[in-house]
Order: sequence, then C-alpha cells, then structure tokens
Amino acid sequence: MKFAVVVFPGSNCDSDMFYAIQGVLGEEVEYVSHHSSDLSQFDAVLLPGGFSYGDYLRSGAIASVSPIVNAIKDFASEGKPVLGVCNGFQILLEAGLLNGAMKRNHELKFVCDTTPLIVEQSETIFTSEYEQFERIELPIAHAEGNYDCDDETLKDLEAHDQIVFRYADNPNGSKADIAGIVNKEGNVLGMMPHPERAVEEILGTDDGLKLFRSILVNWRETHAITS
Amino acid sequence: MPLLLEPSPSEIKEQKLYVDMGLTDAEFERIEQLIERTPNYTETGIFSVMWSEHCSYKKSKPLLSKFPTQGARVLQGPGEGAGIIDIGDELAVAFKIESHNHPSAIEPYQGAATGVGGIIRDVFSMGARPVALLNSLRFGELDHPRTKYLFEEVVAGIAGYGNCVGIPTVGGEIQFDDCYKGNPLVNAMCVGLMKHEDIQVGQAKGIGNTVMYIGSATGRDGIHGATFASEELTDESAEDRPAVQVGDPFMEKLLIEATLDIIKSDALIGIQDMGAAGLTSSASEMASKAGTGIELNLDLAPQRETGMTPYEMMLSESQERMLVVVQQGREDEIKEVVSQYDLNAVEVGQVTDDHRFRLIHQGDVVTDVPVDALAEDAPVYDLPSEKPSFNTNTQPLRIEDPEDVLIKLLQQPTIASKEWVYRQYDYQVQTNTVVQPGSDAAIIRVKGTDKAIAMTTDCNSRYLHLDPYQGGQIAVAEAARNIVCSGADPVAITDCLNFGNPDNPEVFWMMEQATDGMANACETLQTPVISGNVSLYNETNGQSVFPTPVIGMVGLIHQLDHITTLHVKEPGDLVYVIGETTHEVGGSEVQKLLQGSYEGEAPELDIMQEKTRQQNLLKAIQNGLVASAHDVSEGGLAVALAEKVMTTNFGMNVGLRGKNFVELFSETQSRFIVTVKPEDVSEFEANVDATRVGVVTNNGRFNIQFNGETIIQQKVDQLIDRWKGAIPCLVKSKA
Repeated sequence: MKFAVVVFPGSNCDSDMFYAIQGVLGEEVEYVSHHSSDLSQFDAVLLPGGFSYGDYLRSGAIASVSPIVNAIKDFASEGKPVLGVCNGFQILLEAGLLNGAMKRNHELKFVCDTTPLIVEQSETIFTSEYEQFERIELPIAHAEGNYDCDDETLKDLEAHDQIVFRYADNPNGSKADIAGIVNKEGNVLGMMPHPERAVEEILGTDDGLKLFRSILVNWRETHAITS
Repeated sequence: MPLLLEPSPSEIKEQKLYVDMGLTDAEFERIEQLIERTPNYTETGIFSVMWSEHCSYKKSKPLLSKFPTQGARVLQGPGEGAGIIDIGDELAVAFKIESHNHPSAIEPYQGAATGVGGIIRDVFSMGARPVALLNSLRFGELDHPRTKYLFEEVVAGIAGYGNCVGIPTVGGEIQFDDCYKGNPLVNAMCVGLMKHEDIQVGQAKGIGNTVMYIGSATGRDGIHGATFASEELTDESAEDRPAVQVGDPFMEKLLIEATLDIIKSDALIGIQDMGAAGLTSSASEMASKAGTGIELNLDLAPQRETGMTPYEMMLSESQERMLVVVQQGREDEIKEVVSQYDLNAVEVGQVTDDHRFRLIHQGDVVTDVPVDALAEDAPVYDLPSEKPSFNTNTQPLRIEDPEDVLIKLLQQPTIASKEWVYRQYDYQVQTNTVVQPGSDAAIIRVKGTDKAIAMTTDCNSRYLHLDPYQGGQIAVAEAARNIVCSGADPVAITDCLNFGNPDNPEVFWMMEQATDGMANACETLQTPVISGNVSLYNETNGQSVFPTPVIGMVGLIHQLDHITTLHVKEPGDLVYVIGETTHEVGGSEVQKLLQGSYEGEAPELDIMQEKTRQQNLLKAIQNGLVASAHDVSEGGLAVALAEKVMTTNFGMNVGLRGKNFVELFSETQSRFIVTVKPEDVSEFEANVDATRVGVVTNNGRFNIQFNGETIIQQKVDQLIDRWKGAIPCLVKSKA
C-alpha cells in the first residue's frame, strides 16, 4: 500500500507521519508537495499537523486553496482514504471536505498533553481494528481544536454515525466532546489528536497504531476482492 | 527618504554622538586610529554594535578564557554559532544557550519568541536539525500584576514560536525572586542533531565567491538591539521598544528546511545567521574568520521599507535572515533549492582579498574599514573587582510544624509543578521525546540508534548571591546530577552568564568568583564549555539581579534501557538516600519561606565527592539496579521525597533520623533519592553508599517519621492538588 504525506509550507508533523508509516507500519510512503496536483499513484492521503502558512488568516485557510487540495478532493470523491490530523483536520474543514469549524481552545491557550478518547465508531476504514467504545490515549497539541458546528450539523453527524472519536475529558471545549469526524461516505477522517505520535510504547502510548493498521487492513481486503 | 539627515564625521566627533551609541571616548579614538580617519555615521554605528559587549565580549573575555573547552567528544568549541559534540555512529549534537532578557522585559511576547528564533538559527546554521528546545526563566514574585503579565507573555511567546517551527520544547526551569522583578531573565537553549559530514562553519572563504542573502527582508526593526542589550534597564527603557524585534516563526520554518537542504550542496562555502547586529556581524565575522574581505551592495539587499539608510540596514535586527557564501558561478543551484521553499536567495556581494569591509549604497562607498578592526580589534577590558561585604550572620531557623512547612513549600512557585507552563509547549512533535517535561532531565531518543540525549538547564542563583564561587560550582554540579539521574553520561555544557553591570567592581567580583567556581566544576566533572552567551547590565534603576550563570548541560544515554526517571515505579520498592544531610539553610527555599530573605553561608560543595557519588550512581543505573532516581535540591529531603510520588497513585513510608526538623528542608548538596527493587537490594547496597529510609506503598499516602515519631501524614492526591494548583492559582488571582 502506498501512502502520500502532503507537505504544505509550515507543516511540521510531516516527518512524524512519514516515520509512522515507513518506520513502524512498514508500508510505502512519499512526501507530496502542495504544488503538486496529482495523487493518482497513491492509495491513501495523509494531511499532517503543523502550522501551514503560519496559521495566518485562519488555521488551514490558506492551505485549503493550494493546488494539491483539488487533487485531494478528486481523490476523496473516488472513495479513497484521506486522513487529516490536527492542522490537516483544520484544512479539511476549510476545504469543505468535512463540516464544521475550529475555534480557539476555550482556555485561549495552546494545549499539549496526552488525553483519553473513546472510539465511538469502530466500523470505519480508519478504526476497524479498535473495539467499539474502546478507551484509548492519544497526544494532543493545538491552540485551535475547539470544534464547533450548528445544531443541525451535529444532529446530522450523529444520525450518520460520523463522530468517530470523542474526548473522555474534553481539553479544549469542543462541541459534544468531538475529537474526530468522518464524512458521510466514511473515507475522509479529520481528528485533532495525533495518532502518528502514538505508534511506539517508548513514546508513552502506541494506541495510534491501530488506526494506521485499520487503513492498511481495509485496503488489503478491498484489493483482495478487486484483484 | 532617510528619516534623519545624518551627521557628518566631524559632528559625530565634536558632539560626541558616539556616546549615545554606547562607545566611550577612548573607544572612538581607537576606531580613528584603526581606520586612520574619523568614521562616518554608518561606520560609527557598525563599530558601536560590533564592539558592544553583546558581540565582542570585551568585558567578559578574560573570564571566559578560564573555562575548559576541550574534551574527547568535542568537535566544535566556542566561537561558532553553536558548539558540537560527538555521540558516535557518525552523529553529532550541536547546542547553545542564549539570553533575550532586555527585549523580554520591554515586550515579553516578542522578546521571548525572537530569543527562541535566534538560538534555533544558531544551531541549524551549523548544519544540525534542531531537535529540542529548553529554557531557563527568572521572574519577580507572582503576586505583582506586571510580573504575572511578563510570565504569561514570555511563556506564550516561547510557545508561539517553538510550536510553530515544529521543535519540541522539552525542558527548562523557572525561579521566582524579587531581584528579577524589573529585569526578568529569558534564556533559550536549542539542541540539534547532525551527521559529522554536515558540519558547517561561518566562513567567507574563496576570493571572488558570492555572498547571498536568504530569508526575510530587512526592515527598521531591532535597530541597535545589541547595544540596547548592553545597557542597564531604566524607567525610560520602554521608549526603546523599537529595539525589540518581531518574529515570524513561519518564515523560520521555511528557512530551516531550505538551509538543511542547501548544506547538501558542495556549492555552499559558509553560512551564518544574522543575529545580534544583523548583516554587520554576520558579514564581518565570516570574512574575519576566513582571513578575507567582503563587499556588499546594499541596494541588492531585500528591503521591507523604502528609503532605508545604510546605517539602518546594517544595524537592523530583522529576524529570520541568513547570509551564505556560495562558489562563484553556482548561485543558480542555491537559488533553485531555496525556491522550493518559496524563498529567494539574492546575490548581495562578494568575498574580496583586501581584508576590508566595504559597503556600497546607491553607487557610493559608504563604509570601508579593515574587517578585523570590527570583528577582532574591540578593546578587551580588565575590570577592577572588589569583594562586597557579606552579612554572614544568621537568625536561627525554628520549625514547629514540619507538615505545614512541607505543604507551603510545595506551593512555592519555584518548587510547584510547572505543568501550567509546559502544557503550552508542544513537547512531543518530532516523536522523539521519551521523557517529557517534569522529570530531572528531558530525554529525546536518536532514531535509528539505541541512544538518547538527556538535557537540562540549571542555576540556583540564591547560592550565588551568598557565595558566587560555591554557587557557580553548584550550578554545574546540579545540572550533572539531573543528567546522571536520567541515566546519562554528562558530556558538555553551554552557559548563559546573566549578571549586573560589570563596571561595578562588586558585580565584577561576583562574575570572577562565579566563573572560577564553574570552571573548577566543569574541569572536575569533565564537562567542557562548548558554547555560551554573556548577558550583562541586568539591572533595573541600579539594582542588579542575583548572579545567574545558567548551565545548559547535555548528556549521552548509551542504551535506551538506561533511561531512568524521577517518579517511583512499584509498591514494595525500597527508598534510599545517597549523601549525608547537614544543617544548611543559607539561600534555601525554607529560609525564604520562613524569613523572607537569604542570609548566611551557601551550602558547601565537595566537588570530588560529588563526582564519586555521580559516577557510582550512574554505574548502578547502567547496571539496571535503580528503579527511579531524583536529586535533592530546593526544599531539601522532604520536598524531594514528596516529588517522587507526585503524579503517581503510589505512596511512601519513610523513617528519618536527625537533630531537628530543619534538616528535613536543609539544602545540603550532592544528595540523591533512589528507589530499588527488592531483588536488587543486595547488589545495589554492595555498590552504592546509600541509606535505606523507606518503602514505596500502593495506598496513596505520604508518611514521614522523624526519630520514630510520625510528623507528616498526607494523602498523595491532596499534595498533588496543592503542588499542581499553586501556579495556576497565582496567575489567576487578582492581586
């Protein structure tokens, strides 16, 4: 399986994502520049965390109009997996691939910690290796992770089982404790916690590894059928 | 248009305009002799920054020469952007600490942020990828509204910059004392990892080679920043706010990636960041070190504003700029690499053979001086020193209720949990942080090896205030203790010497004593000084801060399974104290709490004994005999024991013996607390001279008996609440 890690100017978790895929998951991975407009050779696209364009204007806003984002939209429309973590989630929201918006954390400060989460949906291509309602611990590091949406959107997210992760101890004021959501089709996941920072026990937790394994397992299953 | 009509050379001389730029009459005369005429306005400005203490170390050089700088692992000592040590496997670690005190006193967010930005550039300009940031901060007491503002904004500035550039801020230390009220200290340290083959130097070699400029355009910000850093703060210093730079961490991130990419090209000859004194220091130092000259055409330098004069451009301290020297004819290769990061590399000059520093502006030669005169010929002063009178009388300290004292000490902001601070720092990015903030030293692993790097910053300035020699020794020894407790071999240090006005003979005496103490400890512990920074004039309206020579130490963990942390691990593990306790309260936290001042003698330090204990403990850790380790520092034994169960669900039963309760809080040096698994007890006791004092429990209670009598009985979670809640509570309270 071949992963793309998209690099925007100011991305800073790109090499961590790359390492998680190549060094720990053991799969093929390449960096793809924001200038690029072709993702045809990849099986999954990863949007890493960081401060694309310095978070100037709004976090994720400038990156969401990069040339690569059109390619990401096409890629997603083909039903292939797209994962946005932290700033990657913010970009997916700004690009309209996911619904809602990010506000500043309720304490108005950057927060770095390892926080408990509940896997609310284990039947997605990103979470099938987890148990339903499994409690996991993942690192967080953000200043604008306070997810918000209108009540109708929230109802919609709940009705379609799109809330994938919830905080067990809400660190940022997010509506309905939302830590990660998926699109209706189930192939675009945005999440504020960092699974790529939790892939080895030496880092304190390897609870993020199952997420990448899920992507791989689901890809293998569909490709066993088609090939 | 220039903002001002510049004065002529004769006006500068007659009206002594150089005095306002920080030059003395004698220094101005020396400049006239060196350049064989009276300098013009631009030249006077250039000399004034290059001969400032910040750039020339003219008042501290004789002290710095005492430090040991050589060692088996030293690849690069002082003199370049950062020092470098060898860690084996063809890998090396570059690191340096630097102050940004005065800017932070005036404009704390940007002052702290650009301090971080500057030290990062020092490290990646050596060819190393920055992998960790640390800091050392000093503020006044948190009961003052301005202090709270400075504290909150400095922390936010460090977070804002470090988080954005994607370098984890993994450690640091903070002390609060009244002497820092008007002049906080903000010292930032950066650690970088590199391959031996990638080591770069800041030299402008090769006549005819091209000088290129990369990064942000030059603006009018930070003009005379280095001179501002070399003066005392006064009530009027807020007027110097334009001398504080503004940082753009996004630009820095691009610059890091572009720089680490161009060093792979053999077209690159030399590289240096534009830090203090900006374009002036980078260009002149690179030429001086290479024994060449340099000519810059200022019209080609990227400019943020129109109508800037050569004086303004040369003295600007606009951030996120690099100067590189490139082989003639291969400029396009560099431009192409840099353009991938949406940056421009611009030709601004060339290396010459005439040893001159020449600037062209709008077709005129506006500066033409010998390059060594700028970078090498600053005067060096042997300043007079005089021992101040120390009041060694002490009031006897009485403690009736040790439990109450312990709880109050845990809430002192210097001792209390710093979680409120480090939660704002991204300490995990790059996925190497294996020991997070809150242990004795931070640890990052080195991917692809079985090694790790331990890092700490330390300095207890209260001891230096009472005895600068002992205090200087203790600062180094304590840093090494933290490194050893983490399972690492102490390798080398970087230092940031924060002192008052050196022209005051009593301040200079303190500097002499402190550096003597540091040099002796570094020599004995075999931790050479490989880089550093001097920050003088840390005074507000004539009141000096305590002598604060901050030590940044780096240690090497040879195998990942040597990594050891502060907190107890398992119920049933036995608790040991290494080192005897004596009655030493001078400069201690308990003296501050009960008397509100520091007096008497600083703690004694036997540096040879220190070395032996550290070596024995490290050996025991490396042999797998130690479950957890912690040094005893502020607050003494009782606080150190409590710290071992903080953030855990465990408890501890401890029995101590002594003459009186003061010994529980005495700050005797060279002591450690370790826990040992029951099965390792006999081997541990055979190898380490330690006293068994208690056992780790699983009941969540912290109990201390003293001479058989129970004197402290607390629930650990309640102690944790007090200890964690202290700083958030002080910050939020409206005093």
